[in-house]
Amino acid sequence: MSGNSIRDIFFQECEDLSDALTDGLNEMADGTGDSETVNAVFRAVHSIKGSGGAFGLEDLVGFAHKFETVLDAVRSHELQADDNLMPILLRSGDVLIDLIEAARMETEINQEAVDTTLAALAEFLPDEDQEPEEEFSFQPMVLAIPDVAVSGAEEDTQAGFRISFTPARAFYEVGNDPLHLIAALGDLGSLEVIADLSQIPDDIDNSDWENGYLSWDIKLETPATDETVKAVFGFVEDLCTVSVHPMGTNGEVLRTTTPEAAVAAIPENGAGEPPSPEAPSKQDSEGDKSSGPPEDPAKTAAKPAKGPVKSPPSAAAREAKATLRVDLERVDRLINAVGELIINQSVIAQRIEDAGLGKSDDIQVDLEDYKHLAREIQEGVMAIRAQPVKPLFQRMARIVREVTAATGKKVQFVTVGEGTEVDKTLVERLSDPLTHMIRNAIDHGIEESETRVRAGKDPEGVIQLSAEHRSGNVLIEIMDDGAGLNRDRIKAIAVEKGIVAEDADLSVTEIDQLLFAPGFSTAKEVTNLSGRGVGMDVVKTAITSLGGRIGISSSPGQGSTFSITLPLTLAVMDGMVVTVADQTMVIPIASVSETIRPRKEDIFMLGVEHPVLQIRGEYIPIVDLGTALGHPARDIPLENRVFLLVRTEKISQCAIAVDGISDQRQVVIKSLEGDYGKITGISAATILGDGKIALIVDPDGIASAVSAAPMSQLPAQPSSPLTEPAHV
Amino acid sequence: MSIKVLAIDDSRTIRHLLSVTLGDAGFNVETADDGVLGVEAFQDADADVVITDINMPNMDGFGVIESIRGGQVNNRVPILVLTTESGDDLKARARQAGATGWIVKPFDDVSLISALKRVTGAAA
Repeated sequence: MSGNSIRDIFFQECEDLSDALTDGLNEMADGTGDSETVNAVFRAVHSIKGSGGAFGLEDLVGFAHKFETVLDAVRSHELQADDNLMPILLRSGDVLIDLIEAARMETEINQEAVDTTLAALAEFLPDEDQEPEEEFSFQPMVLAIPDVAVSGAEEDTQAGFRISFTPARAFYEVGNDPLHLIAALGDLGSLEVIADLSQIPDDIDNSDWENGYLSWDIKLETPATDETVKAVFGFVEDLCTVSVHPMGTNGEVLRTTTPEAAVAAIPENGAGEPPSPEAPSKQDSEGDKSSGPPEDPAKTAAKPAKGPVKSPPSAAAREAKATLRVDLERVDRLINAVGELIINQSVIAQRIEDAGLGKSDDIQVDLEDYKHLAREIQEGVMAIRAQPVKPLFQRMARIVREVTAATGKKVQFVTVGEGTEVDKTLVERLSDPLTHMIRNAIDHGIEESETRVRAGKDPEGVIQLSAEHRSGNVLIEIMDDGAGLNRDRIKAIAVEKGIVAEDADLSVTEIDQLLFAPGFSTAKEVTNLSGRGVGMDVVKTAITSLGGRIGISSSPGQGSTFSITLPLTLAVMDGMVVTVADQTMVIPIASVSETIRPRKEDIFMLGVEHPVLQIRGEYIPIVDLGTALGHPARDIPLENRVFLLVRTEKISQCAIAVDGISDQRQVVIKSLEGDYGKITGISAATILGDGKIALIVDPDGIASAVSAAPMSQLPAQPSSPLTEPAHV
Repeated sequence: MSIKVLAIDDSRTIRHLLSVTLGDAGFNVETADDGVLGVEAFQDADADVVITDINMPNMDGFGVIESIRGGQVNNRVPILVLTTESGDDLKARARQAGATGWIVKPFDDVSLISALKRVTGAAA
């Protein structure tokens, strides 16, 4: 457990509890839950409250308490989780999760949200719970240290207490042992204990020890207070007769004892001999599992079982997946090590090649095994970081609730593929872009109910958020059944903002892509929801920085779909190693759809600067990677190069011309952004087997060099004024 | 020989708190994640004292107490109830089921150990 503070464990647990809470509340809201669902929600809140108190999180505990009280009423059917209450329960869940987060990050809480939600909850609370003193029913209990000396006037005359103590039968039945209490008293000072055995019947073998025959007279010399001494009997005051009286300095014994009385002084550590030989200590009764109170084992066995014994459910019924919690940092260290391992593997491969060993050499075979193992380890390690998108989707459900509440629109939120696993970083970093897109979808996409009804649609709009794995990538789609993109308007705005020329002849895809142009916003006036000064360009930047792509499809009146394609991992990728102007570079294989050795007759020039490739009856722009990256133009004719066909977002396809392809291999991604900032056309770097650094090309960035070229004009006329290629 | 504590709580935080606090104090702590597992563990564990939460899945703390008190094994073991509610009715219910005492969450190590001491006599 080292390295994991209790606080960390608490917040980890809170995450699980928050998930359970959200799951349960969602089930309650959509009516798929049962009575156990309410219980689970209650337990989650209850556990958060219980553990939160240990960390002095008063806001959290106070809120959880109110929330729990309402849930308890739902649980006991005093309240119905109906359309009035359910939204408040959902909101309370959100607030509670926020409070946990605020506590974890030690940030300010949104007191207004807490207060309004508390007020809303209060309306459902039973009357007695609204009284102010109820506030104190759950108080973090801070106990005084019992054996600390308390100075006081009485100290001068009072040396301690005389205690008489007679346990009743029930005392023993609930597992008490008078010996232990006496030992506890012994901790407070020095003791003189006198057991009164006078009530023990003559027929000792046949008597029931638990009939309360025994009583004790105790002289306790202690500076402790009356309260502290009485606290020792806190659990048993209803199970025994006990009196605690101050005792003078002379400590005179006021009551005589019978000749049978056994006297034992309990040392201060409390681990002394029992007060009477008849009371068996644990050591005496070793092997006898019913240790504790002095009792006749035979009688105990004969006693009827108390209450029905619940039979435990079968083990299979509650078999849970065994999990192990690991610090993220440790996983990341491991991932870094795996990255180094892969680099090391390519170094070894290079060395073997340099040594001139043949492919059939044993060492080559071993190297292949090594590669397989390295890949297996890498995949295994990546799997550790993989997390289901469910929490992310649940957060979006919350956004939908907030936005629909603010806009008054009716929206049904559907999620598909919640179990799809992606890298943890993706889950975290997708939150903002998705939030923005969901807001947009409701704010701009979904129409008002009346408009929808007029258009013959269901008054309630649908937003579907889905995730799936598709050919080594993760595909996340946000689909709405709203009005669809208003392309005329998009173009008008783009023209107005000077993003495109008024006479530009744009394809549907090109118009849609304008949404991602910096500074573009379709909202007529900035609403307080989606229009927060960030546009879809920020979303696009966020997705691109994760190595992903974003696309739109939309049909008027039917709705829009935004598709985000992301790599499964951010640490390693399959790359095509190419040479360009004597530099080695890497192009992500995921974006390469085809490699071509072109024929001269397929290459056309569009104007003087824009070569295009004719392929299967289509013309696609050719980008010389070297030129695009700022190398001086070389006189290698295009037909002697190799073309990599890549699919990009801005234009459907583009041919990247490179000098040659040398290899295809896994490369470890090393970010450059920390040191060099964002470089158009370059996404990161990697280390090759020979120890050299190679840049990883961002095909989208490269393609953007020609993106402004209106492909719809091909091959009719040369470039428009907007199509100056941007040289880096 | 150290005192063996069986701590039954569905909260990982509380289990950890108990393990650490009591472990540091010299107790031998075993934990179980819910009531059913707790009762199972109890049958194997030869515990000197049981600490159980009340609100738990599968079997609540009252169930745990009743099972232990109604069982054949070590049925007089001291059982402390761990609860956030300090309400008297809950104590009464726990007592009726056969609880020896109670610990109110959040607890500090002094009160926790003092409570254990009162029911086990442990010097720990």
